[in-house]
Amino acid sequence: MSQPSLASACTAVLRRDLTLAWRRRGDIAMPVLYALIVTTLFPFALGPEDALLQRIAGGVVLVTVLLAMLLALDAMFRSDIEDGSLEQLVLAPQPLALMLGMKILAHWLGTALPLMVAAPLLAGMLHLPTAVMPVLLLALLLATPLLSLLGAVLVALTAGTRRSGMLLALMLLPLCVPVVIFAAGAVAAAQQGLPWLAPIAWLGAALALALVLAPLACAAALRIALDA
Amino acid sequence: MTVTTLTAPLLLEARALSFYRQDEPVFGPLDFRLHAGEVALVEGDNGSGKTTLLRVLAGLLHVDEGELRWRGAPWQRDAYSGEILFLGHHLGLKSDLSARENLAAASGLYGTRDNSHPDGVLAQIGLAGYEDEPVRRLSAGQKKRAALARLLLLPATLWLLDEPYANLDRIGIELVNRLVEQHAARGGAALITSHGAVSFLSGEPKRIRLHA
Repeated sequence: MSQPSLASACTAVLRRDLTLAWRRRGDIAMPVLYALIVTTLFPFALGPEDALLQRIAGGVVLVTVLLAMLLALDAMFRSDIEDGSLEQLVLAPQPLALMLGMKILAHWLGTALPLMVAAPLLAGMLHLPTAVMPVLLLALLLATPLLSLLGAVLVALTAGTRRSGMLLALMLLPLCVPVVIFAAGAVAAAQQGLPWLAPIAWLGAALALALVLAPLACAAALRIALDA
Repeated sequence: MTVTTLTAPLLLEARALSFYRQDEPVFGPLDFRLHAGEVALVEGDNGSGKTTLLRVLAGLLHVDEGELRWRGAPWQRDAYSGEILFLGHHLGLKSDLSARENLAAASGLYGTRDNSHPDGVLAQIGLAGYEDEPVRRLSAGQKKRAALARLLLLPATLWLLDEPYANLDRIGIELVNRLVEQHAARGGAALITSHGAVSFLSGEPKRIRLHA
């Protein structure tokens, strides 16, 4: 009888979720297409004026990516609850928080990473200066996992309810405010040639905190959701 | 089986165990003991709380009243989790993955029993040739078999099987009985729910009767 090591359990969860994401490649493309379409609407609505678009580019891309992530967030644990995989995960002799952390990582890789790959294209469409692009990507690199982690806790909390999509949006968007302020602040500062490290550092600090706490909260919430 | 129960170690013991849902009693108070090598059949009509009992024993639901002891010590979720295997109404299979991939994920979490291999287990359970088929394309009975394959692959002392006979053909039912029998002979124990009379095993199983 071989007890699985923590590493092999993490790999098993990660591999399973990534395989599933790959089998449903169409679902991965959906948020990217959504972000592309929303970003395209802005020049139509505001007029193709370079200076204006340049000024709003960073903020638009950030908010669009955030909303696109929200679309996919709802599904994070839903299928696992429906088919009983979550029960098996909860009952496994492994630390649940860590296993959920792996699930959140897989979800981030499947939704946020494609969005980050598309982000330079979106920003380019709105004439964001190339020099600012790395700052935007850095801000997204810190902001998107933060959203995944915050979102995972809320998804876990609303797991018991039917049609939780709208409720989830109403709960998550207020929590996004600081994330948007710091991320957009860094991009705006970089655009004006000001130092942009401070807001990025704040995002990093928040991410570090969420990395530790969110999986624990998520585990507690899901145990409660199953205990009903 | 009667001889072994006298000397076999006590695994699970419930004393006046009851469960309430919004102050409505679902089952209980229940008293039973399960020794190594014993198989218990949980019987009761629809809605009598069979599934709830199994979920309580698995640790998915908390104990409201009464006491639950595992190997003589008070029940604790973490101390006990590696030793039980729960097979519920929801089979815990990912429909987009093949039976083999599902088993690989399960053994990554729960570990693997000595001398067992996913492919060998799938052949034993009657899914040879379907290893790489997405579970979505299998029939209900085959899905059940894919879930039952976990019993053969993963190490566990106590099996909690919720309606393991549902959707299975006669050969499948015999297969479940044989698996449970082998498990009991190895010193494992099993709790099985069923709402029908099940022609069962060679020995007479212990019966736990629930009333609605």
